[in-house]
Amino acid sequence: MLCDDCGRKEAVVHITQIGADGRVEKHLCESCAAAYNDFVGVQQDGRHVSVDDFLRGIFGSAQGQENKASGGTGELSCPHCGMSYRDFRQTGKIGCAACYDTFRVQLEPILRRIHGSSVHRGKIPHRSGGTLELKHTIAQLSQQLKACVEQEEYEKAAELRDKVRALKQELQQKEGGQDHE
Amino acid sequence: MNELDTLLQASKVAWLTAEGDDSDVVLASRIRLARNLRQLPFPNRADLAQLQKADESLQSAMPSVETALGEHMTRVDMENISGLQREVLRDKQLISDNLLKNPQHRTVYCNDSQNVSIMVNEDDHIRIQCLTPGLNLETPLQKAFAVDDALEGQLDIAFDEKMGYLTACPTNMGTGLRASVLLHLPGMVYTRNVSSIINISPQLGLAVRPLFGDEKEQPGCLFQIANQLTLGYSEQELIDNLRGAVTEIVAHERRARKALALYMKERLEDEVWRAVGTLSYARLLSEKEVLELASRLRLGLDLKLIRGIAPECYGEVLISGRSSFLQNLAENENLTKTEIDRLRAQHVRKILERYRLRLEE
Repeated sequence: MLCDDCGRKEAVVHITQIGADGRVEKHLCESCAAAYNDFVGVQQDGRHVSVDDFLRGIFGSAQGQENKASGGTGELSCPHCGMSYRDFRQTGKIGCAACYDTFRVQLEPILRRIHGSSVHRGKIPHRSGGTLELKHTIAQLSQQLKACVEQEEYEKAAELRDKVRALKQELQQKEGGQDHE
Repeated sequence: MNELDTLLQASKVAWLTAEGDDSDVVLASRIRLARNLRQLPFPNRADLAQLQKADESLQSAMPSVETALGEHMTRVDMENISGLQREVLRDKQLISDNLLKNPQHRTVYCNDSQNVSIMVNEDDHIRIQCLTPGLNLETPLQKAFAVDDALEGQLDIAFDEKMGYLTACPTNMGTGLRASVLLHLPGMVYTRNVSSIINISPQLGLAVRPLFGDEKEQPGCLFQIANQLTLGYSEQELIDNLRGAVTEIVAHERRARKALALYMKERLEDEVWRAVGTLSYARLLSEKEVLELASRLRLGLDLKLIRGIAPECYGEVLISGRSSFLQNLAENENLTKTEIDRLRAQHVRKILERYRLRLEE
């Protein structure tokens, strides 16, 4: 078995970490393991390191699966910042906003493993969020509309229906405008 | 005194005032939002020119943040201050270790009451942080949202329709929200129940870690609990989940304290008054000792075993107990340990004197 970090020498040190995301195993050669000693032994750094270490493990295993599926992603790199998939594995950090588009396929399973989901459900920026905020409002109102119909509150339902209609029109205009550009 | 000195030398910080809900157990609540600029590589990948550009973008947007908050924000360049001064800011929770270690083109903006700080070029381009005393996650969240809205009005923020706010570390993706609560758990530490909380929290999507110390020993009995998940839930859901868990911990802590007060009343009373005695009269105090004694003092105050001292003294003792704070105040980085310990004891004595109430006769 080769070392997880340098991938060159034979792995002689085996570390198993058990935490929030399950089991992460690391196999290291002598020289890479020596570098790890810096934080394994010192308590103060120990708590900062574990997350990154987990990620490296996750990136690593995700790549393993990816390799089998598509025959390697090592060549892929971000056109904006130049970060390659290999860099990901080593740092556990993403390079820039464009990386998320470049590596979307690889990242989604990783996000699901960390968060149990890969779909954002929180705050949306008013400007750079595009028409997303509008879409969310429409979805919300439509849900309310359905509830109103079920409870036979037709007056309220009619009000909501008009609102949804107006918003949908607004959305169409905005999206039409974007296409035009 | 200039703005920076005021920021560094004030021993009173607005988020450590012994006020707020459940303040007998919850010292403070914090909200942190991570944001990035769309155009520039994230700080770990950016060169110095790009870091500078991010810094300048933030600077240009700061007036609108000041308008939104109705408060003045003091700018501090990490490169222009000493390592010691950065440590003081770190101990006051205004900056992170990351800014302490890599000062190049790193900046922090901070309001006068020291409960809002905006870090530039930390792990992400922008880290908005709001603090408040007691268990209260809503107020800082609203405040952080206000800052976020003001920044977003001026800057192009990296956002994806599906994945949410994009961050340098995938563990922050989505909401970019880290909500955390600072807990004082002497009851659970003395009754040896802390490990059960630490072990169970991952199942709830939360992480608990001691503020000082390690798994074996936690001087000061201070713990931080924070959400681990940031994607797939709304901000409100994330803080509701955290609040639920904290409420549970608070109940456990109170039960533990009640048990201590019932079965070990004399010992407990002796311990907390000894802490008052040492803090009031000792001539040399180490950093760890102050943490431990301050914890007992606070416990005594919360259990109403100690009378005649105002509870607000705790926050000041905690801040003044830090070596970096004292060294900075003395304007001398080369103090020996004994000199610092003497200075510390002197400061703590003064604080306790200041907060001593006149006992009713």
